[in-house]
Amino acid sequence: MTKLTAAIVGSGNIGTDLMVKLQRSEWIEPRWMIGIDPESDGLRRAKNAGLEVSAEGLAAMLKAGVHPDIVFDATSAKAHVRHAKLLREAGIQAVDLTPAARGPYVIAAVNLQEHLESPNVNMVTCGGQATVPIVYAVSRVVGVSYAEIVATIASKSAGPGTRANIDEFTETTSRAIETIGKARRGKAIIILNPAEPPILMRDTIYCLMDDASEETRHKVLASIREMVSHVQTYVPGYRLNREPIFRDNLVSVSIEVEGLGDYLPVYAGNLDIMTAAAVKFAEEYAKHRAAVNQ
Amino acid sequence: MAYKYRIEVTDVTLRDGMHAVRHQFSVEDARAIASALDSTGVALIEAAHGDGLGGSSVQYGFSKETEADYLQAVCGAVQNAQVVALLLPGIGTVEDLKRAVEYGIRGVRVATHSTEADISAQHIEEGRKLGLDVVGFLMMSHMTDVERLVEEAKKMASYGAHAVYIVDSAGAMLMDEVRRKVSALRNALPDDVQVGFHAHNNLGVSVANSIAAVEEGAYRIDASLGGLGAGAGNTPLEVFVAACEKYGIDTGVSLYPAMDAAEDVVRPRMHRPIITDRTALTLGYAGVYSSFLLHAQRAAEQFSVDVRDVLVELGNRRVVGGQEDMIVDVAYEIAHRQA
Repeated sequence: MTKLTAAIVGSGNIGTDLMVKLQRSEWIEPRWMIGIDPESDGLRRAKNAGLEVSAEGLAAMLKAGVHPDIVFDATSAKAHVRHAKLLREAGIQAVDLTPAARGPYVIAAVNLQEHLESPNVNMVTCGGQATVPIVYAVSRVVGVSYAEIVATIASKSAGPGTRANIDEFTETTSRAIETIGKARRGKAIIILNPAEPPILMRDTIYCLMDDASEETRHKVLASIREMVSHVQTYVPGYRLNREPIFRDNLVSVSIEVEGLGDYLPVYAGNLDIMTAAAVKFAEEYAKHRAAVNQ
Repeated sequence: MAYKYRIEVTDVTLRDGMHAVRHQFSVEDARAIASALDSTGVALIEAAHGDGLGGSSVQYGFSKETEADYLQAVCGAVQNAQVVALLLPGIGTVEDLKRAVEYGIRGVRVATHSTEADISAQHIEEGRKLGLDVVGFLMMSHMTDVERLVEEAKKMASYGAHAVYIVDSAGAMLMDEVRRKVSALRNALPDDVQVGFHAHNNLGVSVANSIAAVEEGAYRIDASLGGLGAGAGNTPLEVFVAACEKYGIDTGVSLYPAMDAAEDVVRPRMHRPIITDRTALTLGYAGVYSSFLLHAQRAAEQFSVDVRDVLVELGNRRVVGGQEDMIVDVAYEIAHRQA
């Protein structure tokens, strides 16, 4: 079985962490890393790892005749709008890790199978990958009129892109809570905490349920537990901080995400869950393509 | 008498004060308080949810009324003062700000934790584009050293803030620290960028801290009627104005109308007296965000633990403003450790 080839555009925290994860994949081979700064740590690491690196951008790479099966875009929303067009014209599968959202949202634990034929998929946000599965776990049992998530991440794990455009995080995550989490209304809050040593990524998910009978609570609890185990299959450091707390119609779930420490240290679980979700999509896509081609 | 200093007061009764009434003021309450405030001569009135635009939530408590209703009522009730809104990036967005401008606000105060100024660039720049008076608000300034505060204040000034505040969100600062931090900002920022100070009274020194800030060059000072605000409240406007009169500080606020507004309009609307009770005092002592007060009392009750243990543990973990979800988690943990 030959692996699908992949290029990573963007050599920052996300792109570099993604590279380390893809190197372990049985389905994907990371072959190119494209950045803008030849001196960046990401490009240096990629070169040492044997990838072909370029600081000339995606357009130059495509013009030179390089044709990966998959391109992961870990640049910025603005850049991805350009990249999306180039990739579509070249017929290359795009996995978008920016908030640009040219293609449908994919939350790896929830709707990955639905979009294996979409030429461009968007990985939402780190907060979305961590919390939407829980909202969905509740809404598949009982109607959720409102879901709210609070993502707290270590200051050190929020790169300049996130910081310069924090509204994109809250807006994109809110939309995913509604469209994929299936809450009728969604809200997202993000907090940066500068404590040293850095804290692990921590998320609280609140869902207002249409019904909170004993039986419903029981089912919701089981559904949440099942979802946590499911996410753990591709993000091993994803876990409940405490038992879900029910109060009137509200359920409050607290989770923690410990990263694998591939590029940034383990506290950057927010990075990990994003890149792990992208890898998970790409591997499922590779399996799907292999099945179709047979 | 000749004044030694002239300052501008921002009243926060209808914003920070919301924490003390669980964001439950009615539109009528807001209108009455705004109108009384306007007659005192305060320059700026901040209104809406305690956590600013977009703050109405499970995490911080739902407001009784919508943002649109509060802001339109307050803007409609004032003739002299300018109405401003608070915005915490990560909670509120530029879209929220644009809507608030349509409701009539004339200024925005963009608040971040005191080490995270760069998340405010987008909102400060947009505030300037909208023609607003823009303030950068460095929350929990007690946790951050002088050099870092200067660095962060300079960032906010570079994005376009007209003023940058040292914000003692936990009411944990004493006069020496206020002096060091305010004077450092005053010395480091360009002359056309004002410095401000926002106090909480958890250690009983909000008025003294505010006067110390003025002496070090702060031009904007926050206060609220009867001190209505999170924790043990903010600097009580009427007390501050009286003290300033005696001290030679021109606040532009008339004393008797301020006293009357506090006594006749705000105090009857309080849910609980604004006092330094043991919980509020623990906030200042442990350096914890003042709006945690009521949330912590509720959680302590729910899990049958001492609220002071919860607050001290939150302080140890260096929890920052906005992390109200940690209160329940910590109370839960303490309860299970004791069980």
